[in-house]
Order: sequence, then C-alpha cells, then structure tokens
Amino acid sequence: MSEMNTATHVPVLQVSDLDIEIRGVNGAFAVVSDMSFSVRAGETLCIVGESGCGKSMTALSLLRLLPDAATIAGGKVLIDGQDFLAMNQRQVEDFRGEKIAMIFQEPLSALNPVLRIGEQIAESVRQHRKCNRREADARAVDVLRLVQMPDPERRATQFPHELSGGMRQRAMIALALACDPKIIIADEPTTALDVTIQAQILGLISDLQKRLGTAQILITHDLGVVSEVADRVIVMYAGRKVEEASIYDLFDRPFHPYTIGLMGAVPGAGASSEAGDRLADIPGTVPPLWNLPKGCAFAPRCANASARCLEERPPFEEKRPGHWAACWEHDDAA
Amino acid sequence: MQPDRTPLLSVENLEVHFPIRSGVFQRQVGAVKAVDGVSFSLQRGETLSLVGESGCGKSTTGLALMGLVKPTGGRVQFDGQEIRGFNRAALKSYRRRMQIVFQDPFSSLNPRQRVKDIIRAPLDIHKVGTPAERETRVAELMERVGLRPDQADNFAHQFSGGQRQRIGIARALALNPDVIVCDEPVSALDVSVQAQILNLLSDLQRDLGVSYLSISHDLGVVEFISHRVAVMYLGKIVEIAPKTRIFAEPGHPYTELLMRSAPSRDPRKRHSFSATNDDIPSATKKPSGCPFHTRCPLVTAVCKTTEPALTAREGARWLPVTTAELLS
Repeated sequence: MSEMNTATHVPVLQVSDLDIEIRGVNGAFAVVSDMSFSVRAGETLCIVGESGCGKSMTALSLLRLLPDAATIAGGKVLIDGQDFLAMNQRQVEDFRGEKIAMIFQEPLSALNPVLRIGEQIAESVRQHRKCNRREADARAVDVLRLVQMPDPERRATQFPHELSGGMRQRAMIALALACDPKIIIADEPTTALDVTIQAQILGLISDLQKRLGTAQILITHDLGVVSEVADRVIVMYAGRKVEEASIYDLFDRPFHPYTIGLMGAVPGAGASSEAGDRLADIPGTVPPLWNLPKGCAFAPRCANASARCLEERPPFEEKRPGHWAACWEHDDAA
Repeated sequence: MQPDRTPLLSVENLEVHFPIRSGVFQRQVGAVKAVDGVSFSLQRGETLSLVGESGCGKSTTGLALMGLVKPTGGRVQFDGQEIRGFNRAALKSYRRRMQIVFQDPFSSLNPRQRVKDIIRAPLDIHKVGTPAERETRVAELMERVGLRPDQADNFAHQFSGGQRQRIGIARALALNPDVIVCDEPVSALDVSVQAQILNLLSDLQRDLGVSYLSISHDLGVVEFISHRVAVMYLGKIVEIAPKTRIFAEPGHPYTELLMRSAPSRDPRKRHSFSATNDDIPSATKKPSGCPFHTRCPLVTAVCKTTEPALTAREGARWLPVTTAELLS
C-alpha cells in the first residue's frame, strides 16, 4: 500500500455542478446547488458550514444514500473515473464499501445493534471479496487491530452497546476500512464524542490516512477540527460554496465575510478573553432554503453588503491564486 | 463587576447517588455515584463553570441544586439560608431566586404553548402582579432577550434554535432570579448563533448582576463566559480556580489533558494526538483511590489506594493533594 502514500494528481473523486433538490409540500427547492470539487489520494478535504448549509446532503449524495424526499437534479460524480450517478443499484452496491465508504456521526445508530461487531465487518468483507467465513472473520479482527481497538479478538465478539463511545467510533471506522476503499467520507465523525476521545479519534484518522493514503472528505461544523486535519477547505452557506482554499490560505487570510464571521464567532479563539467581553457574532439567522434572497444568500447578514449584493448573486471565482470565493468584494491587497 | 464576599450560594459535600437494583426483590446492589462530594460557592454577579466530559456529574449537580433530582447528601445554603430536605414548600420560594436554562431548546419548550404563555408561566405559578402587569412584563422580557414583542402569540416551534433559547432565557429571567443555572445553553446551536446567545448572557449579567452556574463541556465557551472554573471528573471536582489561572497553567493532570485535547485554532500548530484508546471509566465502576489514576501520566502507587482531598494551593487554586505529596 506504500506506493499510494504520495498524493497523485489524478483525482479519485470528481464532483461537478451537483444539484440536489427536496420535494416539499409547496414544490421542490434546491438544498445543494452548483457543487463542484475533487479529491486526490492522500488528501483531506473539509467541507465546513452550519446546519442546513447542504454539507451532509452533499456527503450522502456521494454514496447515493439521500433520503427519499431528496433527489439529485443534476451534475456528475466521477469515482475513479467512472460515472457513479449513471450506475444501476447493483453497481452502486459494488462500489460502496469497495471504492467509497462512509463514517457516520452517531455510531450507536449507524451500527446494527443486534449484530456482533466482528460479524458486521465480516458481512461487508464477504459482500465484496471472494472469501469464506473464516477469512472474513480474520479480516474483521485485522481492521479492528488497525484502528487500535484494544483486545480486538474479544471486541469482535461484542455488540455495539457493550462498547464505549470512543470504541464504537473505532468500530465504525474499521467497518468503513474493511474493503480498502479509495475514498472515505466522514460526516461529523467526532461531534458526538467527548473532547479527550475526540482527540484520540482525530489522531487515529490522520494516522490511518498517512498509512493508507486514502482520499478523505470530512464534513464538520467545527473549525477546530478543520484546523487539525484539513489540506483543503470548502465553506458552504445556504446550499452553495462560498469559499474554497488551502487550509493555510483560508486560516491566514479568509476572504468571504461569512468565513471571517465564523472565525470571529468561535469563543476562546483569540487571546484569553475577559468576562464581559463580546464575541463578534453574525447577526440574524440562515435564510430558509425554500425562500432564499434574490442576490447573495449571505447579503442580509453581511456588514459590507451593497445594493448589488442584494440584487445579483456573485459568481464563484478565483480571488487570489488557488483561493476561490463567491463575493462581489474585490481583493485590494492582491 | 466586583463580587462581594459572602457567597450567594454555597454547596458542601453535595452527593447524588442513584441506587442500582437487581434480582427479583430489586435489592440495592450498588450505587452510581453521579455526584460524590462536591463543594463550591458562587458569589453575586459571578459566573462559575462546571466543566468536564460526559458522566462527570456536572449536569446532575445543576439539576440537584434546582431540586430536579433529589440530593442524597450534603448541604446547600442560599443567601445564608439552608435549603432543607428539598421538599415542595422549601423549593418553591427558593426557585423564585434560582432558575435554569436547559440545553435543548427544542425539548425544553412546550410546542403547543404560545411564547407569551411560556414566559408568563413562572409569574402565574408564583402569583406575581395582576394579569395586566404580567402581560407588560412578558413584553419587556421579550425585548430584553432580543425577541420582537409582536411575536408573543407565536408558538415555540415557529422559532429557530437561537430564538428558542432566547425564549428559554426570558422564562428564566421572569422572576428576577439571583442565580441562573445554564446547562449547556449553546451546545445545540450553530457557531454564529451561539455567539449571539453568549453575548446576550454576558449583557444580562452586566445589566442585572445575575450569577451564572454554567455547565459546559466546551472549553472555548468556558473561557469566554467564566470568572472561575471547576473541573469535574467522575463525580468529583478535581480542580477549582479563577479562569485566567486555570487556562494559563492547569494544575491537575486531568485539566491538562482536557486543554491538550482541544483542537488547535492554528493549522500550523497541529497537535500530534495519540490514536491510542484511553477511555473514561464508568461511574458505576469507579476506580479505587484517585478516580483519574487509570489515565494519569503521573500515577504513583499511593494514587491507586488513597483518594486525594482538595486542598488550596497557591492561594485561590484548589487541587487534590495526595498523602505522598503532603509527606514530601
């Protein structure tokens, strides 16, 4: 596997102009619009945003696991060069687990409660590999060892409820890794965990990526997690990308007012604050997706909004080399 | 605000033990020591944060102080008066001055009630003012927490998470309490809205002089909101000190571990987190001696047998001191 360690330039996942719609009582509305991105082997892309920004919908669509009310209305998803959206159910099932796998936020609800950990992993292995039960069981113990599960032989025979939260998330990661997928999608993998356990899981995720060279997409609302693991970051707002840059460019010089606002709103980010200080909050709330404003979706909350921002939606364009944003504002410094 | 010296709330050796029953006769076979001898005081106009991970007893401590779970031991004094027995009568007058804001604004408000009824409920229960006065007070409270009084007839489900938390805060403020227990008031909210609510809590304290007992697992929130911080682990306070000191130089190895585990804000200063599994022991099977000894990098033989007691070191900082340290 070591030859995969260096990031190649061919993306293993390429998403272009993805549109996702939800059919509501009053007709359909877009929850994700014009999403385009790609990930290469060994790279970690973080998609960050607040609830309802479309980050989880994007993640689910990449496995064709969208809820019934949601449909992919347009766009293309290429996995390892193959058109994933054009595949039939059978081909999709072959791809899941083998090429692309997902780590969910809540391992307790994502794991089957009445199946032993080892069986759940072995089941996935037997689905994709020609092997007998014993070989599959052995593979299950191997991946549990890979995720540093203590006492993997015994844990394989236990049920999810017998494990602690941190160990359940390890089991979930082992399940995702069982068939050596090329792409791992992790949707808020540490949000349900305590901070000391979160640190262990983040440590594990970066450790595994270094060893296995998988491409990773990590969906999160937590800029701290982003700063720990990302190579590249996409910031989403109201179903669209508002900014995309390398991790250093984004944290050093965020461009979009929403990104700047998010960074300022995190308490404890600056020097030790005095009680009585105020945080730089973003006024107002996220607009409902079925009733988006005409121009830039962020304009009603933006301190720098001009008349144009309220009328016309800004294009997503390269503001500085490798640093993209959707904003009418120009970069004076560049 | 400079807090005055007599504590408004003083808690001594608070215990909440839940029995574990088993067998046909449901005999008690053990106890979950959720809160196991917690002592602290709270000054007027002060914010004390209880911080720790799931199962450390921080929320149970808050609920016990509100009388929402019954303490099994310890003493609570409010404004010099002891709250005896936590019976209905004792609690009613005490609750006028002590209120709570819950974590989840979706489950802590009745979706079938109008906002004005939710906020007016404490006034009705304690029979404060005439109906007209209550109406005025509701409008005033809504304005105070940043809601439009013309939304008073709306139902709770018509509001966003942040606005619902404002309703919860207005309800808690209705009786002009001296202390508000804030049980993870922003952990269910998005970052941008979270900042609005934290600012609101901070403004209210400045204007009304209310004290907060804040319960949180988020070190960023704790750093922003607190004057003092108590770190809890498996039902015990392991360190209590002024905020600036605890963040500048954590004294207890557990506090240190917490601080070290918080993600960095600077991608150039990434942690190299260890991927090794290191779990929090459960409160039902608490380790002997110091509860942290199973995870402590500084563990010695004495830690496994003797439980350290909280002792003041360097003035205002309280930390457990083991017998070994006392001897040396």
